[in-house]
Amino acid sequence: MTMRNATQKLSYLQAIVEAQREEMRRDERVILMGEDIAVYGAQSLFDEFDNKRLRNTPISENSFVGVGVGAALTGLRPIVDLTIASFCYLASDQIINQAAKLRFMTGAQLAVPLVVRTSTFYNNRTAAQHADRPYPLFMNTPGLKVLAPSTASDAKGLLKAAIRDDDPVVIFEDINLWGKKEEVPTDEDFLVPIGKAAVRREGGDVTIVSIAGCLPHALSAADALAKDGVEAEVIDLRTIVPLDKETILTSVAKTGRLIVADNSHKVGSVASEIAAVVSEEGFESLKRPIQRVAAPQVHVPYNAALEKRLFVSKDRIIDAVRAIT
Amino acid sequence: MPLDRAQQLEMFRRMLRIRLFEEALIAHNPVGHLSIGQEGAIAGACMALRDDDYVTGTHRSHGHPIGKGAEIGPLMAEIFGKRTGICKGLGGSMHLTDTKLGLICESAIVGGGFPLATGAGLSAQVRGSDQVSLCFFGDGAVNQGTFSESVNMGAVWKLPVIYFCENNGYAVTTPVEKSHGQPEIARRADGYGIPGVVVDGQDAEAVHAVTLEAVERARAGEGPTLIEAKTYRFDEHSNRLAIPIEYRSKEEIEHHRNERDPITLYRAVLQTRDLLSEIEAIEAEVRTTIDEAVEFAKASPEPEMSDLWDSMYVNPISAPAGEGEL
Repeated sequence: MTMRNATQKLSYLQAIVEAQREEMRRDERVILMGEDIAVYGAQSLFDEFDNKRLRNTPISENSFVGVGVGAALTGLRPIVDLTIASFCYLASDQIINQAAKLRFMTGAQLAVPLVVRTSTFYNNRTAAQHADRPYPLFMNTPGLKVLAPSTASDAKGLLKAAIRDDDPVVIFEDINLWGKKEEVPTDEDFLVPIGKAAVRREGGDVTIVSIAGCLPHALSAADALAKDGVEAEVIDLRTIVPLDKETILTSVAKTGRLIVADNSHKVGSVASEIAAVVSEEGFESLKRPIQRVAAPQVHVPYNAALEKRLFVSKDRIIDAVRAIT
Repeated sequence: MPLDRAQQLEMFRRMLRIRLFEEALIAHNPVGHLSIGQEGAIAGACMALRDDDYVTGTHRSHGHPIGKGAEIGPLMAEIFGKRTGICKGLGGSMHLTDTKLGLICESAIVGGGFPLATGAGLSAQVRGSDQVSLCFFGDGAVNQGTFSESVNMGAVWKLPVIYFCENNGYAVTTPVEKSHGQPEIARRADGYGIPGVVVDGQDAEAVHAVTLEAVERARAGEGPTLIEAKTYRFDEHSNRLAIPIEYRSKEEIEHHRNERDPITLYRAVLQTRDLLSEIEAIEAEVRTTIDEAVEFAKASPEPEMSDLWDSMYVNPISAPAGEGEL
């Protein structure tokens, strides 16, 4: 037993491994599958658990995600590590046509308690076939829950909540946050609720909704703006589906201004959806137009300097705030 | 173990149920993909399984739950799109999934069932259960990447899976020999290091025997088997689809209907075993069952808009205000 309120200092990546370890200890139905997991990410789990529950898979993304779906339908709670988010496209048939739809299509006879973990691998000089942030595609798919944690504690608490959830969950882990360390709760029942955004900084002048790896940039932009007397409220979205509209609308009702920072491509982005929701349901609160700070509609280049310019930064957020304050 | 008399009659009953179920559909509620002609392969395979074994199927789905022994009324009501349907009218003809009998998916994405059946096999292995998983698929599905990916995983991990091909000769209109580099589908098994078996799909007892052998092998932890049952679809790919080209000859179709009907063939076999009176009783019983299912389906209520929202999640994401009523 660990003490309630006890913590240990963990990186975002270590927190993910600990979440899996704790849930595998707690529930023997939890299994972990993925490419080369014996080498990357889960080495210590192989030492601890029956290797039947840990599957190094062949390079067959669509099928090993589907194997996870089949196992989820028949009594297990699989975690499938899809490694790099651009590989989601290979597995999208099983995620979208099977995992997301089977409960509905069978008139709720089935449940799909599956977790798909995948990393958004951008700002890492991997070029356009490894660097996508495709969460808007899955936001547009009913039947899934979609998470994007931004801190080590949330990476642990949301993953544990996802493993215990009876519906299919896709988690986008941001590699730009992998090394970020913080004190993380060690209580085995520490869970972060799915569907709740977190207000990371309070302020009355402008709302900045931040998705995944945008959070450090949003917070440093807010600090800089405060020096000029502009108080930004920073909301860490944490869960993309279901969207915590209430937290966003409550904040915009207070500030009257909204920036959404999203590293996916701007067109049809999560930022677009949030802007639409606030336009429909919070229009009366808005003093100025909503600003989306997102990646433009070009692919991610190999060149590091150009790549960096595509994504959300402190300066781009500050510029967007200045445009509406 | 060969089938005893009661099991032989049960296999005949299930074959006939598939046939009369679909003939009733032709008469009352025309839908797409019929299994008429393929009943021997389906019932023969299912009779080798236990109720708690898993099955995945295809868009040509009607035969699979019936072959596994499902209750007929909810299947009929599903095709009529009714709330009393096995999937509440949300799945329909291509997706007749009765989970009470281990069916976990009838996939209308061709090849979509391979990973799911393989995953069910993985699940049984991890849980230490002796359940097996049987994956029905057509000849066309063999050309999907999921076939190769999934059969390979089944083989590598020695999963208790039976990959069962209902080879009816045509992927919609494209014949096997024009779309497969290796048209002998069972031989594909060599590429994964597992046994591949060919069987006459119009001979239900032969299908049962090879499937039972594969099931026993799977339960013993020896891994998957690929079975190719050579069968024939008497009707078009989809009865809703007008196919303007003559991709198979009338003589070929008539030959199969007249000489290779699995129900006629099995009825004759059972007759030689002095089971005629039992057969006639089953024929009367199945007709009544189907008639009652049609009446049940017709009299059943339509699903509600709220059923859509209620079927989305176990831990619900509530319907946005107003949208539940749309």
